[in-house]
Amino acid sequence: MYGKARGEPLWRPAALPAAIVALAFALASPVPANAAALTAPEASEAKASSSTTDHSKLEALDKDFQTGPEVTKACLTCHTEAADQIHKTKHWTWEFVSPETGQRLGKRNIINNFCVAVSSNEPRCTSCHIGYGWKDGNFDFASKENVDCLVCHDTTGSYKKFPTGAGHPNYASKEWPPKSGKMRPPVDLKKVAQNVGPTSRQTCGACHFYGGGGNAVKHGDIDSSLGKPDKDLDVHMDAEGLDFACSTCHRTDAHAIQGSRYTTVAADTDGMVVPGKGNDERATCRSCHGERPMKDEKLNDHTDVVACQTCHIPAFARGGIATKMWWDWSKAGRKIDGKPVVKNGKGEVVHSMKKGQFAWAENVVPEYRWFNGEISYTELGDRVDPETGVEINSFGGSADDGKSRIWPFKVFKGIQPYDAGTDILAVPHLFGKDPDAYWKSYDWNRALSAGMQSVGYSYSGELGFIESEMSWPITHMVASKDDAIACDGCHAREGRLKDVAGIYMPGRDSLKPVDLAGWALVSLVLAGILIHGVVRVFSAIKRS
Amino acid sequence: MSRIYLFKRFERFWHWAQAALILTMMLTGFEIHGVYTLLGFETAVSTHTTTAWALIGLWAFAIFWHFTTGEWKQYIPSDKPGRIFAMAKFYAWGVFTGDPHPYKATPERKHNPMQRLTYLGIKLAVNPLIWITGLLYLFYNSWGGVLAGADLQIVAVLHTVGAFLMLAFLVAHLYLITMGETLFAQLKAMITGWEEVKE
Repeated sequence: MYGKARGEPLWRPAALPAAIVALAFALASPVPANAAALTAPEASEAKASSSTTDHSKLEALDKDFQTGPEVTKACLTCHTEAADQIHKTKHWTWEFVSPETGQRLGKRNIINNFCVAVSSNEPRCTSCHIGYGWKDGNFDFASKENVDCLVCHDTTGSYKKFPTGAGHPNYASKEWPPKSGKMRPPVDLKKVAQNVGPTSRQTCGACHFYGGGGNAVKHGDIDSSLGKPDKDLDVHMDAEGLDFACSTCHRTDAHAIQGSRYTTVAADTDGMVVPGKGNDERATCRSCHGERPMKDEKLNDHTDVVACQTCHIPAFARGGIATKMWWDWSKAGRKIDGKPVVKNGKGEVVHSMKKGQFAWAENVVPEYRWFNGEISYTELGDRVDPETGVEINSFGGSADDGKSRIWPFKVFKGIQPYDAGTDILAVPHLFGKDPDAYWKSYDWNRALSAGMQSVGYSYSGELGFIESEMSWPITHMVASKDDAIACDGCHAREGRLKDVAGIYMPGRDSLKPVDLAGWALVSLVLAGILIHGVVRVFSAIKRS
Repeated sequence: MSRIYLFKRFERFWHWAQAALILTMMLTGFEIHGVYTLLGFETAVSTHTTTAWALIGLWAFAIFWHFTTGEWKQYIPSDKPGRIFAMAKFYAWGVFTGDPHPYKATPERKHNPMQRLTYLGIKLAVNPLIWITGLLYLFYNSWGGVLAGADLQIVAVLHTVGAFLMLAFLVAHLYLITMGETLFAQLKAMITGWEEVKE
C-alpha cells in the first residue's frame, strides 16, 4: 500500500520563534513519517500473458511474410488506428518542437557530438527508426505500412533491424559486420508476428541501450546491463524483484510515451498519480513516491532542493559496461600502427579510423547542476566560438528560481568538425557507398560539403575542429536505498556538490572571516591562559 | 577551615549534565561545520540534534528550578562595581603575589562578581543566540512568514559565532576555576557541593 499522499505534512510549525518551548516538547518525539512503503511482490512464477488475444490463432498472421511492411499491413487490419498514432510520436517523426524555446529539435534536426547528425546518413542511423525505408531525405512520413510494429512488440528476441538497412531487418542471410565472415540469419517474420506482445526492456533496449552507435555509448545510465539487472544495478528493474519494464514508468497513451529528454520534468510537484487527479504522468520518481517518501524527515527536507536521482544514483555506468566519455573526431582518418581499430586492455575501442579517439569509463560519478527542465540546444546555423568550445545543450536552473532541483549529469565531451569559414557546426556525410562519404574516402571536405548540402547549407571549404560538450540528465540505474549517497557525500568541504552555487550547505560552506575571527578569539584566550599560568607557576615557586 | 554547602544536588546535576551535553554539541557542531571528521556527518547531525533537545529539556527544568528556588538572583550583577575591579586586580596581580582571594562565597552569594557578570552574559546573550539560531537552523525547511526566502547562511553564521563564543568561554572557564582558594577547590565544590573556606 502507498502511504498518505503527500501535500500536507502532519506537522508544520508556521511561526517558530513564538513557540520555541512548546515546540521543544511537541517535536521531541519522533515525527510521524508519511513514507510510502513500496514492497516488492512475491517472486512471480512464469508470467502468463493476460492478453485476450492469442496472435498465433489469427488468420491474418498465418502467412509467410516476405517483408516488414507486409506484417504491418496485417497488424493494421485489426489495430486500425495504430499507424496513425505512431505517426504523431517522436519515435516516428524524430522531430520535436520545444514549447519553451520554440527550437526545432528531435533526432532529425539536432547536432550532437556522437555521430553528429542524421541527415545524409539515414540508412545507418534509421536502423533505429520505428519505421521501414527511411534511407534518404525523401522518406514518406505518411506511409502506414512503413510503421515497424515488430521492433517494439517482438517477444521472441529474434527480430533485429539490420544495422545498415534503413529500418528493415534482413530478409535473407547477410554478413555483419562487413568482411567479418559472420552471417546474420534472416528473420522469421511469421513467428515474430504470431508472438507479439507488450514492450519490454529488451525491445526498448534494442535501440536505446545502443544509442550513439554502440552499447552504453550515449546515455551512461542506459545500456544492455539493464536487460536483466539485479537489485544493486536498478532497484525497480531488478529482474528477480520488481522487474519493471521501461513502460512501467514510461507509460503510453495512444502510443505516445511519457517522459522526455527534450522536456524533462525537473521538479515534479504534482504529487502522486492517482486516478481522477488530472496529470497521469508517471515518468518521475515522485509520481509514485510522493514528495516526502523517506522515513527520516530531515532527508525529506532535502526534496525541495535535490532531485531524487542525485542521492539515489551514486554513479552511472554501474552495470559492468563502460560508457563513452570522450570522442575526438579530429583523430579519425588514420590508422595506428597500421591498424584501423585499436582496443585497450578491456576490449574497449580507443581509436577507430572511422570515428577517431574515444575514452570510456565505468562507475562514473556524475556532475551536478541546477536544472529546471529548460534545455536549449546549439542548433544548426548557430555561431560557435572555437576559443570557448560549444555547449551542444545547456540547462536552465538556479538556486532561487523556485523550480529547479540539483540533478546529476553525464557530461560528454569531444572534438567535432565545424565550418571554420562560417563558424557553424557542421553536418558530416559519414555513411554511404558514394565517394563523398567520409567512411569511404576519409576526406572531411567532401564529407562536410555533402553533409551540409543535405541540410540546405553550403560548406565554406574551411575545415575546423571544435571542442564540444553535451550533458545528459541521469535518471536510470537507481540503486537500492542502502547504496544511496550518504550525507557526507555532499556535506563536506570537497563533496560532490562543491561546485553547486546558490545555497548554504552545512559541512561545505562557511564564512571565512567569521571562522578566522572565531579561531583568533579562542587562540587569544588560550594564549592568555598559558601566559597567566606560566607566570602563576613561576611566582608560586619564587614565593615558596 | 570550615565547609559550606554551596551547590545543591540538582544544581550539580544540572552543571555536569549541561557540561557533557555542551561538550558533545561542540564536538559534533564543529564537525558539522566541516572542521574535522570524527563521527561522520550523519551521526554528527543526529547526535547534535538529540543532545540539543536533551539540553532544551534540561534547561526547562533548570529555569523552573532557578525561579522556584530564587536561585536566579545569583546572577544579578554586584551593586558595587568596585568589587569587580578587586577581582580583576586579583587575577591580574594578586594571584601572583600570593594575596588572599578577595571574595568569600556564601550560599546566598556563591559566585564572585566577575562570575556573576560572565554567567549572566552567557545566559542572556550567548545561549539565546545559539538556541534561536539553532532552532531556526533545525527547522529551516519550515520557514514561513517573515522568514520565507531568508538566507540559511545568516542563521548558520550567527550559530557559528555563538559556538565560538561558547568555546572561548569554555576554555576560560576551565582555567579560571583553578583560581579558587586552592587549585581544585572550585572543582571539588561542584562535585561534592561543599567548599572549604578559611575562617
